[in-house]
Amino acid sequence: MTAADSTLVVPLRCAAHGRAGDKGNRSNISVIAWHPDLYEPIVRQITEDVVAGHFAHRRPTRVERHLLPLLHAMNFVLDDVLDGGVNDSLNLDSHGKALSFLLLDLPLAVPLSLAPHLKNLPRR
Amino acid sequence: VTTTTSTRSLHVGAAAGFSGDRTDAARSVVDTLLCRDGARVLIFETLAERTLALAQLARRHDPAAGFEPLLEEMLAPVLRDCLDHGIRIVGNFGAANPHGAAKRIQEVARALGGRAPRIAVVVGDDVSGDDRRGEVIGRLGPAADGLKLVSANAYLGAAAIAAALRDGADIVVTGRVADPSLTVGPAMAHYGWHEDEWDRLAGATMAGHLLECGAQVCGGYYADPGFKDVPALARVGYPIAEIDAGGGCVVGKANGTGGCVDEHTVKEQLLYELHDPAAYLTPDVVADISQATVAHAGPDRVRLHGVRGHPRPPTLKVNVFHEHGWLAEGEISYAGHGAEARARLAAEVLRERLAGCGPLRLDLVGVASIFGDDAGRWLARQAEGDARDVRLRAAMNHADLAVAQRLAREVTALYTCGPAGGGGVRTNLRARLGTLSCLLPREMVQARVEFFE
Repeated sequence: MTAADSTLVVPLRCAAHGRAGDKGNRSNISVIAWHPDLYEPIVRQITEDVVAGHFAHRRPTRVERHLLPLLHAMNFVLDDVLDGGVNDSLNLDSHGKALSFLLLDLPLAVPLSLAPHLKNLPRR
Repeated sequence: VTTTTSTRSLHVGAAAGFSGDRTDAARSVVDTLLCRDGARVLIFETLAERTLALAQLARRHDPAAGFEPLLEEMLAPVLRDCLDHGIRIVGNFGAANPHGAAKRIQEVARALGGRAPRIAVVVGDDVSGDDRRGEVIGRLGPAADGLKLVSANAYLGAAAIAAALRDGADIVVTGRVADPSLTVGPAMAHYGWHEDEWDRLAGATMAGHLLECGAQVCGGYYADPGFKDVPALARVGYPIAEIDAGGGCVVGKANGTGGCVDEHTVKEQLLYELHDPAAYLTPDVVADISQATVAHAGPDRVRLHGVRGHPRPPTLKVNVFHEHGWLAEGEISYAGHGAEARARLAAEVLRERLAGCGPLRLDLVGVASIFGDDAGRWLARQAEGDARDVRLRAAMNHADLAVAQRLAREVTALYTCGPAGGGGVRTNLRARLGTLSCLLPREMVQARVEFFE
């Protein structure tokens, strides 16, 4: 069996859920593993750099990740990504409420052995 | 009310998570509280950041206004039961006019009959008066130069709410307090906690954080079909937290309602609008959930445990709102063959017609409209497709009302001057509010309790 055969690449959304919140021009987005065993691959792959790259069009000045291993969760804090936030942004979604779903689009490689813990697995 | 430390548990139900929340939410929460032993409190959180500034503007137009517009609709269905059965009510629905809210509550209670409630009003959050305005502006620095201020309010903590309850208030009306303080106040009063019992205050703070958005911890704002299925979402319940003497809590929801409370709904709400999970700053305490756990505690019941607390900050946060020009928006729809191409052409027309008016945002609803940035980098990256149902949206901020009005007129003119088949024009023009914040030393802000007679 090759490495590719033993790994599944899925949208992060299959392995975790989250919610976005706003304070001024700063967004925070939680990423919560569906199962404790999924937490390790998520922490290893969904890094500050990966998230900053994924949100590059919104020009984050800083992306900080806080780990909560007891909750199998992470909290991303993205500075200056809301075009000024609810008072200044021209976006229909000036709070950036939908941004959790942008983050959850990121790809995640998961060992096949963890597949039973994934949600709504896309058909291969 | 007792001033001795109580060992009976405290049940805090939340019936609103924002101004404009469902007015039929309180009924099932109160019905459930009526079945519980112990002390019972119903809270209403109706004051988002901007809500208070809007309330201030409303009060400028009408001195009797400035509190939660839906106050009567929210309270009337449950007020009698709460008064008759000793369920205390705490709400920040006083907004910019807590005394006005208290007066309205008194009128509602009188109309319903029965005994008159003891209503306490917490004041002191408004720091826009002549005595402290200069200090606030000074602390805002050059950013405040030349701004027309609308409001300046400090975030008060739980102590005044606790004092009002200890003094026998049936109902506590506040303006700006930190949202979790609506829960911490009743817990301090009930258990006789001191202002430096940091772990306990932090536990109650996070219980309050779980409650403060209403249904959001019970499956509201959570459902994602196939990934996160929520039963009976249309009847989603509102939460009730049982807070113990150590500040730990079990969160559940009103009986006979839809939605769900499980470890995942609780984790999502626990992290909502948090930055550093080890330092959640409130006027009462710095709460730390880095060692906290959540665990299933029965059907639709989850226990939050292990929240720690650190000494509260020496300062209070002050939010200042100011007039901030105009937001102009306009939309028009295209459907059928070539819809996307026609919407894109209409966007080009607007771009040319409004050149020189300042930054213009253009969205193609149905193609790309939400994830994108105001500068249009995201939209420019999307390859042109053949979407058959597209709504063009244009938006602009401008200090000058006349320029903002031009956007609305240009979108409307797309009827006769733009691409073929455009329909459903809507335009919207509204005044914007800007915000700044600063910190004030606690000594400069005195929270006071006044009983409304």
